[in-house]
Amino acid sequence: MFPANVSTLNTYNDLYPDWTQREVSTGTTIMAVEFEGGVVIGADSRTTTGAYIANRVTDKLTPIHERIFCCRSGSAADTQAIADAVTYQLGFHSIELDEAPLVQTAASLFREMCYRYREELMAGIIVAGWDPRRGGQVYTVPVGGMMTRQPVSVGGSGSSYIYGYVDSNYRAGMSKEECLKFTAEALALAMERDGSSGGVVRLAVISEQGVERQAILGNQLPKFSTV
Amino acid sequence: MASVSVCQYHSGGFSFENCKRNALLEADINKLGFSSPAARKTGTTICGVVYKDGVVLGADTRATEGMVVADKNCSKIHYISPNIYCCGAGTAADTEMTTQIISSNLELHSLSTGRLPRVTTANRMLKQMLFRYQGYIGAALVLGGVDCNGPHLYSIYPHGSTDKLPYVTMGSGSLAAMAVFEDRYRPNMEEEEAKRLVRDAIAAGIFNDLGSGSNIDLCVITKGNVDYLRPHDMEHHLIHTCLNFAHGTTGVLTKAVTPLNLEVVEESVQTMDTS
Repeated sequence: MFPANVSTLNTYNDLYPDWTQREVSTGTTIMAVEFEGGVVIGADSRTTTGAYIANRVTDKLTPIHERIFCCRSGSAADTQAIADAVTYQLGFHSIELDEAPLVQTAASLFREMCYRYREELMAGIIVAGWDPRRGGQVYTVPVGGMMTRQPVSVGGSGSSYIYGYVDSNYRAGMSKEECLKFTAEALALAMERDGSSGGVVRLAVISEQGVERQAILGNQLPKFSTV
Repeated sequence: MASVSVCQYHSGGFSFENCKRNALLEADINKLGFSSPAARKTGTTICGVVYKDGVVLGADTRATEGMVVADKNCSKIHYISPNIYCCGAGTAADTEMTTQIISSNLELHSLSTGRLPRVTTANRMLKQMLFRYQGYIGAALVLGGVDCNGPHLYSIYPHGSTDKLPYVTMGSGSLAAMAVFEDRYRPNMEEEEAKRLVRDAIAAGIFNDLGSGSNIDLCVITKGNVDYLRPHDMEHHLIHTCLNFAHGTTGVLTKAVTPLNLEVVEESVQTMDTS
């Protein structure tokens, strides 16, 4: 995005927010889990410009439609713009259909945009929601524009640290409460290890009944070994 | 005259070819040992806070061109609409023009809807324009105002991402100002406390950041009223008070007077044409 041979007009210091050089990024951990009757989605709340935290209470769980959310990771500007565009397209489509849109449709719209403009964008998105046809679904659209459905999906810079935890602790057929606990613990572990993730844990449960949102603040986060 | 034309498929979106060309020219100039003139930046401290009845926006007034202060008293709080104002950090021209363009479009929009414009509308317009230019417009903004849904405050970054928060700071002095906010911010403050908090945050930026300085401007926006306090606070100009010295402060050692005898050679009068 910035050519390597551009002379820096001001001295670049990693420690202070120089948004003329560095883009705002949601350096992040995001996660989504399917359960019988819906999905649980979660994210941390940190947005960084270099080493400065531009927003420590970010909401990365963005509503796309009444029962469809997306978890955003990557460039804040890119993911906000994409989410706004897809929200518009999906809303229009839903009015044309006179029906609640499918989660797969939302995921396809994201994929379409992320793949077409893959050279210009840096966006890793997890689309999750509930629709009457297929119940709770999680689709992941990572950087590059692939789209695939998964029962559990993690994303963002902090996800690297929790693949082991997720693989060993996920079981099919967990209840809503078990999924919430599983997600909160996974995110807490990632936030502990990844410098670009932190703040509070934001959770949401999407089901036929609607959306329930909650936030787990710093002192209430699950605690692990402090060795 | 037959001509074979190759149809180039226009791939859509904005073309940034000239930006790449400029970068190469910049590199070439630097190789010769010269530097292109620096764009004037407002090295800045700007901030905003939501309080009980509305929002308070604050800004310093220094504009720099490299290491030189280009303007000691520039206005960084820009008018967007009667109920919405916007502080701008980054490239001075970019913040000035961007806010003027959105202000103009918002006025047309307001006439079309027949309603007072909403802060979220201004936010949408700004973020969509900045995203379109992919960060090449160096405008980092603090947008605040009061509309039918209450007081709102947004921070907008040059690449087009926005955050909706109760208190925000931007500019090179933002870390100093944010330190003051994180220490003393409370929800639902009274107006005097909010003004004092914003004033202190900007002062922290002025004293601790080289790119910020001069005076503190405040803008208090409430439902139906705007107080544009420019300047709200002036820095203590110690240097000016020292220019008036009493006679005899400096002792005189010697005094020599040399009269210059000049004789008038020619005197001519030219009448001015005032027709």
